[in-house]
Amino acid sequence: MNKPFAITLDVGSSLANKTGSWRTERPVYVDRLPPCNHACPAGENIQQWLYHAEEGNYEAAWREIMRNNPLPAVMGRACYHPCEGACNRAQLDRPVGIHAIERFLGDEAIRCGWKMPVEAPSSGKNVLVVGAGPSGLSCGYHLTLMGHQATIYEAGPMAGGMMRFGIPKYRLPRDILDAEIRRIEEMGVAIRLDTKVADLAETMRTHPFDAVFLAVGAHLAKRAYLPAGDASRILDAIGLLHNLETGEKPLLGRRVLVYGGGNTAMDAARTAKRLGAEETIVVYRRTRERMPAHDFEVQEAMEEGIMFKWLSTIKAESGGTFTVEKMRLDDKGKPQPTGAFETMEADSLILALGQDVDLSFLTRVEGLEIEDGVVKVGPDMMTGCRGVFAGGDMVPAERTITVAVGHGKKAARNIDAYLRGATYAPPPKHELAAFDKLNPWYYADASPTVQPILDRARRESTFEEVVSGLDESNALFEARRCLSCGNCFECDNCYGVCPDNAVIKLGRGNRFEFNYDYCKGCGLCVQECPCGAIRMEPEQI
Amino acid sequence: MLKQVEGSVAIAESVALCRPEVICAYPITPQTHIVEALSRMVKDGRLHPCEYINVESEFAALSVAIGASACGARAYTATASQGILFMAEAVYNASGLGLPMVMTVGNRAIGAPINIWNDHTDSMALRDAGWIQLYAETNQEAADLHIQAFRLSEAISLPVMVCVDGFILTHAYERVDVPTQEQVDAYLPRYEPRQVLDPAEPVTIGAMVGPEAFMEVRYLAHHRQMEAIGLIPELAAEFHAVFGRDSGGLLHAYRTEDADTVVCALGSVNGTIKDVVDELRDDGVRIGSISLCSFRPFPMAALASAIGTAKRVVTIEKSLSIGIGGNLSHNLRMALQGRGGEVHTVIAGLGGRSITRESLRRVFREAIENRLEPLSFLDLDRGVVERQLERERQVRRSGPAAEAILRDIGAVAARPV
Amino acid sequence: MSGPAQVKFYQTGTFTIGNRLLDVSVRSVQADENRSNSLTSGHRACQGCGEALGARYALDTAMRATGNRIVVANATGCLEVFSTPYPESSWQMPWLHSLFGNAPAVATGMAAAMKVKGRTDVRVIAQGGDGGTVDIGFGCLSGMFERNDDVLYICYDNEAYMNTGVQRSSATPPAARTATTPAVGGEPGNVMHQGKNVPLIAMAHGIPYVATATVADLRDLEYKVDRAMGIHGARYLHVHVPCPLGWGSAPHDTVKVARLAVECGLFPVFEAVDGEVVGRRTIRRRVATDEYLKLQSRFRHLFSPKRDEERLAAIQAIADRNIARFGLLGEGVPA
Repeated sequence: MNKPFAITLDVGSSLANKTGSWRTERPVYVDRLPPCNHACPAGENIQQWLYHAEEGNYEAAWREIMRNNPLPAVMGRACYHPCEGACNRAQLDRPVGIHAIERFLGDEAIRCGWKMPVEAPSSGKNVLVVGAGPSGLSCGYHLTLMGHQATIYEAGPMAGGMMRFGIPKYRLPRDILDAEIRRIEEMGVAIRLDTKVADLAETMRTHPFDAVFLAVGAHLAKRAYLPAGDASRILDAIGLLHNLETGEKPLLGRRVLVYGGGNTAMDAARTAKRLGAEETIVVYRRTRERMPAHDFEVQEAMEEGIMFKWLSTIKAESGGTFTVEKMRLDDKGKPQPTGAFETMEADSLILALGQDVDLSFLTRVEGLEIEDGVVKVGPDMMTGCRGVFAGGDMVPAERTITVAVGHGKKAARNIDAYLRGATYAPPPKHELAAFDKLNPWYYADASPTVQPILDRARRESTFEEVVSGLDESNALFEARRCLSCGNCFECDNCYGVCPDNAVIKLGRGNRFEFNYDYCKGCGLCVQECPCGAIRMEPEQI
Repeated sequence: MLKQVEGSVAIAESVALCRPEVICAYPITPQTHIVEALSRMVKDGRLHPCEYINVESEFAALSVAIGASACGARAYTATASQGILFMAEAVYNASGLGLPMVMTVGNRAIGAPINIWNDHTDSMALRDAGWIQLYAETNQEAADLHIQAFRLSEAISLPVMVCVDGFILTHAYERVDVPTQEQVDAYLPRYEPRQVLDPAEPVTIGAMVGPEAFMEVRYLAHHRQMEAIGLIPELAAEFHAVFGRDSGGLLHAYRTEDADTVVCALGSVNGTIKDVVDELRDDGVRIGSISLCSFRPFPMAALASAIGTAKRVVTIEKSLSIGIGGNLSHNLRMALQGRGGEVHTVIAGLGGRSITRESLRRVFREAIENRLEPLSFLDLDRGVVERQLERERQVRRSGPAAEAILRDIGAVAARPV
Repeated sequence: MSGPAQVKFYQTGTFTIGNRLLDVSVRSVQADENRSNSLTSGHRACQGCGEALGARYALDTAMRATGNRIVVANATGCLEVFSTPYPESSWQMPWLHSLFGNAPAVATGMAAAMKVKGRTDVRVIAQGGDGGTVDIGFGCLSGMFERNDDVLYICYDNEAYMNTGVQRSSATPPAARTATTPAVGGEPGNVMHQGKNVPLIAMAHGIPYVATATVADLRDLEYKVDRAMGIHGARYLHVHVPCPLGWGSAPHDTVKVARLAVECGLFPVFEAVDGEVVGRRTIRRRVATDEYLKLQSRFRHLFSPKRDEERLAAIQAIADRNIARFGLLGEGVPA
């Protein structure tokens, strides 16, 4: 075409005009730390595995969990899911049911027989792990992945620790627990049952381990001073749950009191109910709001008919009659005695007042320090004794299986570094993807029908397991409720809303790139990014 | 084929033979008969394929033609008077974009006062809009010029205005030789646009051009018109070869060979002028005339050559450049630069006033006898003008001049002031 | 409503531009790596320009709908000036700028040319800003509608003459400050007029399709362009495009401002077939008009130095009337 001068132009010729020079600020893609990840004691990259689950790529999702946590099926059931407490979605409607999806993935892995390959070459190093609870299993698992030989000495007849002896079956079916432990064993973690370490110093002297991880947990029930006419009516919750697991069925009678307000108290009360108690009453010295037990556990207990007696302490027992003193809360929320008493009739009393660590096997370990009944560790999980690390309930921390699993991982990484004569440096944490970094407009509302279906799936009871799992479609829906806080999930908003086409789409899975030749720095992409994965930075002029 | 037809119909038939593909029409006297005739031809299928669009204004009419032309369609429209002013912006635009098309202007006066009769004020108002302007002397030429106009327009990618005196030509029944389709097809090839909007080869037409290139764009438009000065006679010669008659070209000189006095005019008045020239020649006066067909481009060399050694030029102009006088004479002086001789501007026939042989003979004689002012107004009623001026001197609120004049000459009943 | 395909409860459903979880067949045009970028990079629109965004959204959709066979007539205005300053053009399709007020007529000519040449595959679009559409081009627009010419006309409404420096148009909202309705005097800003609702006027012509849209709802916009391209005859799409410069809003707030215009009820998003409203985009999270106005300094005089309660209430009343008139409240959205 013989184009008239100046009036008629070639199409697309404005590409010669680099409007990027207008810019005073530039957008940059960032990964912010999602609050779920931030809250996960096991350090799971929850947003990342949900990303895979959203796509229906359950195996990839499971493998992402397995990078941090070897027990997804257990964790999906037994974790108190602080991730959900932190979930930004709660500010829109309800948190993502992360635990339910994790459980689905864990179950799916067991059903499909997914395994974790050990790809690291053998280091030739041997590590002793004391205790086959969540922390010990986690540590052994991670050490194995890193090429070290982990050997777990377990004092009891079965592996699992508190997962087996502290969590009732109705919350964690044993076939699930067994399957996940078996998978760890099959990777090469040696578990020696009925192998109690009575004197660690002696064991270390006789066995040439390159490092030790202590994870014996806290099994000794705390006792309250209670003048009692009939001590046989009084038992502790941990003992009850443990005995139940090993086949002993204690006789509790028709009417059972449970003393305490933690999660173990709830487990004990609900177990008592299942053992045939017609009435189970939890006696607690403060109020419901101040109970340490998780609210959903209290809620489930109430739904099962467990009764509660608030602001009460048990003072004495005589012939099945318990003397109870009424309490009141002072200004600081502490219970104070009122001097008013009443009595309660019961066939038995279960004490659920907390547990202590059995530290007797550590007395001769040099340098190891004990404070407030627990073992002191550094940020690297190492005790005062070089090469001896500790984690789980026996170190100062919140006592949950998830914390324990996290300790196991953290210890394993530090042990690995220690074995190589190095220091483990955790990667720097990203800035938190708080709710104010999001543009919540873009997240679809949970349709009114879908949400109850999900809730039911998460909560309905069966006799065996109180909460049933999600099916595939429910799990997919639930995963897709994730806001992907702080991490690009390829919604194409930046690519779309740029008036200057200055965003390059790199194709699925590869995210985007800014074309700074044309980006004028308007910031629309930042404003309209649903998940807060773009930030404006001053241009260097 | 020879026909006794109305000028508008002859033009319409001629246009139809050019196979226009898009015709846009908005009614305004005196061009309406042209588009009416075309609408009939499209409606009854004689002119096919052709999209005939009844638009809502002249502005839209020319805009539709712009869009059609840019998409490679042969486009035609017609207008007059107020209409061409209403589309003025688009007139400039069509030429600025270099879009070929043909528009008939049925020349008519511009208001106020509103007047439907013939003069050249309308096309003269747009003389600098970048269009080729051709003026027809007769209905035969009007019909023929349209055929040449399409050829010319498409050859140089500029729009062409064919100016036809309203009523005098458009409504006059004359014998016209309407050519055959075969003749027109032989003369006018299929429209091959210089630029076209086509998804297969997209371009951006109508860029915003700043000081860095605007002068050049304007110069190029001028240059193309200068090239047309060479092309117009060639096309007329070719036309003669195909159709066997002289039509168009830059100008028609009549008995100018040894003339001392040359009369120059645009359009149909040249017929009367030639009669007067003949009469004066019979009296032994060395006088000739030039019918200027191409006003834009303005053929200076051809004009100078036709005027030759004449001592004086008298222009008969149907438009008044208020505040100075004549448009034609003003332009013509450029052609006479560097040589002696007088130019007399005679403003005539405004608003349809008759230009009589008698008046022309009188004014030519005055010129020959050196009694003619440089600027004069043919058959101006000085008495009416003086009386109105006197009224205005006396009464501030003297009322509308036109109404006062009509009352003065008795065209409307006097009413008490 | 009929309207774009709604994806069920997914992470972001269909609110975002794309969604990697969606099947390719239901993804937006803008999500496509190979979209036309009809208005490509290097144009000189201001930062955060809503019109540049709206134009690319609309024309990319039309390009996809027609297999890249469109020709475009563009009215004078920002869109024309920032896209085609010699020697560079940002357009990728055949495009013609003629005049300010004649784009609909130019498009009529284009459509006539295509028809007469048997190029029924090539579709014609005309576009302009509010000045070129609702004011100076209004006569040609009405004529094009009345004849039912085969043209989709898209008005990018930024509610004033932005190209010439933010002067009032008949689309300028009540009380808004412009260069010719300055925020001075007893009643600062634009008169409290009833405005000129061109979508409704278009509907009164009985043309086959009329719709409104915003840059805040891409899928809705794409759906409407797509639907319009499937219809022959005169069609009108009125797109609300915030202008950071003229409205005094932050460039990064362009989409947000458009969203709030819809959510507060001041800009009803609907579609009409053969002169009857057949669908409306219901409000999802209703906000008071104040929320919309506050983001724009052209309304600052309504809030400062003291709240202009009377006129703020009048503006809210306009929104309320729109909501009632078009039935904009969705299920479960509090009135």
